[in-house]
Amino acid sequence: MAVTAPAAPGAPRRIAAVTPENLRRRYRRDRVMIGLLVVATVVVLVPLLIIVGYVVSNGISAVLTADFYTQDLGSPARALQGRPTGLGHTILGTLVVDGLALLIAVPIGVGAGIMLSEYPDHPLNPVLRILNDTLNGMPAILKGLLAFSLIVKPMGTFSGFSGAVALAFVMLPILARATEGVLRIIPWSIREAGLALGLPRWRVVLNAVLPAARVGVVTGILIAFARAAGEAAPLLFTAFGNNFFSSTPLRYLLGPVDTLPARLYGLAISPYKEWHAMGWGAGVILLALVIVTYVGTRILTRQRHTTDL
Amino acid sequence: MDPVTRPPTAPSTPKPQQAGQGEVRATIAADAEPRLVTEGITVHYGKTVGVRDVGLTFRDKTVTALIGPSGCGKTTFLRSLNRMHDLTRGVKVSGRALLDGTDVYANGVDPVTIRRRIGMVFQKPTPFPTMSIYDNVVAGLKLVGIRDRALLDDVAERSLRQAALWDEVKDRLKAPASGISGGQQQRLSIARALAVEAEVLLMDEPTSSLDPQSTMRIEELIQQLKDTVTIIIVTHNMQQAARVSDYTAFFYEGDLVEVSDTNTMFTNPKEQRTNDYITGRFG
Ligand SMILES: Nc1ncnc2c1ncn2[C@@H]1O[C@H](COP(=O)(O)OP(=O)(O)OP(=O)(O)O)[C@@H](O)[C@H]1O
Ligand SMILES: [Mg+2]
Repeated sequence: MAVTAPAAPGAPRRIAAVTPENLRRRYRRDRVMIGLLVVATVVVLVPLLIIVGYVVSNGISAVLTADFYTQDLGSPARALQGRPTGLGHTILGTLVVDGLALLIAVPIGVGAGIMLSEYPDHPLNPVLRILNDTLNGMPAILKGLLAFSLIVKPMGTFSGFSGAVALAFVMLPILARATEGVLRIIPWSIREAGLALGLPRWRVVLNAVLPAARVGVVTGILIAFARAAGEAAPLLFTAFGNNFFSSTPLRYLLGPVDTLPARLYGLAISPYKEWHAMGWGAGVILLALVIVTYVGTRILTRQRHTTDL
Repeated sequence: MDPVTRPPTAPSTPKPQQAGQGEVRATIAADAEPRLVTEGITVHYGKTVGVRDVGLTFRDKTVTALIGPSGCGKTTFLRSLNRMHDLTRGVKVSGRALLDGTDVYANGVDPVTIRRRIGMVFQKPTPFPTMSIYDNVVAGLKLVGIRDRALLDDVAERSLRQAALWDEVKDRLKAPASGISGGQQQRLSIARALAVEAEVLLMDEPTSSLDPQSTMRIEELIQQLKDTVTIIIVTHNMQQAARVSDYTAFFYEGDLVEVSDTNTMFTNPKEQRTNDYITGRFG
């Protein structure tokens, strides 16, 4: 590697000349910066690992039994007498409620984000923005109440469906804001290029702008999902909870169902230490659900670089 | 078909000029029908004026070059022709742009239809980053529902050949368009505009990021396209304007200063400012 020789005496000093001396200094500074970044990473990672480690070490014994997945909870007597008991119905209920919440919230939330970013002059735009900000600032428990009055009351029963709606309210503003944010950083020239081809606006958004923002939109969906999956409050008077497997698949939607965050809370405040152990187990499953979804989606979105029209 | 054989008009014979006539209108004796006529096009960016009161006639199947120093309003004027300003906040266009006699700004005229008839190539390359090279070229067709594979293949190959890009990408049509060089991306943008077969083609410095070889191919292309298309091209390259265009319009500080057939423009301009510009005395 060629390094410029030190300037001859009397020659004008070059600003930022590369001498062996200051090259060494630059490398040293580089190493110091990298060291600092490593320290910062560790500082962030340590609390995370402590939480994960603590939850896993307390919950691992519960989640390693087959009963935990195949049995429902039943009454405390089951656990106390050592009869088979588990959270199979809770896991199933969580998948149903979270999945349905995603199905409801993603099209609406991403659509709202598109509206906010791409149609700033539409008369409904300011209304949407106010609605979205209101929803964003609303405490989660009120979203539960909202779903209660919108769905539980008219239906006359607690239900997985109403729980999904409550969680969708949690996801919506996060999705809309994330989508709006990523769409805004897509260069304006891409939209103009599409429009100049004589394509309608919505086509350009759907086929040129949105794919370019795909990774960002997916990240937004993940954040919204992770956030909603951990919420217990909106589910208290919507999904409500249930100690048993539902009798038919439809009853997961139309009847009360168990969900992990709400059940975790119930188990934790119970007076039985057998249930406490299961509560830790619920925590492990909840963590796994979020992590698996996160990693899985990352892998899926990384592989394909081009999209088909 | 070879543009190089056109008599090169030497832009280096300044002639003393009498003062300008004030009113500048495109009154060119020509046999071709007017295709696109602007009347008093003025574009405001907020309070600042981009171009002022431009009246130009673009005749069918001719090439018109727009020249002038940076910031004089060439792009601004060009974008007013296919209603590209519609989407930018704070931009106000007044005046008329008559495409075959119909004002593109008239009530009830659909800008999408207008842009399909008046295509555009931008100053900077703008490939759709997530689409393949192939999909980029046929985007304008595929996204309006044309699915005929054979037809799309034909159009893709023809457009890429016309844009002098085919040989470089024919083996990787499915590769992402973001993975080719800047100059290739610009030719891809040109191919994409050609694929929709617009009747009028607006080209904003289409060759400013291209090497001499590709530039020559694009200039040849412009000559070929002239058989079917009306072309308006912005260029900073006086030789290019002289080589490819039939008419030349000179803009200065937002005003249309002068327009005439290219030969006259480069040999015997009426305005001192035009003369100064094309002989390189400013701009
Ligand atoms: N989006 C905008 N907002 C405000 N002013 C603008 C905008 N675009 C252009 N202008 C102004 O309008 C005038 C004309 O700009 P325009 O881009 O049309 O020039 P141009 O002739 O195309 O220049 P160049 O040769 O550098 O491309 C300039 O003074 C410019 O500063
Ligand atoms: Mg320009």
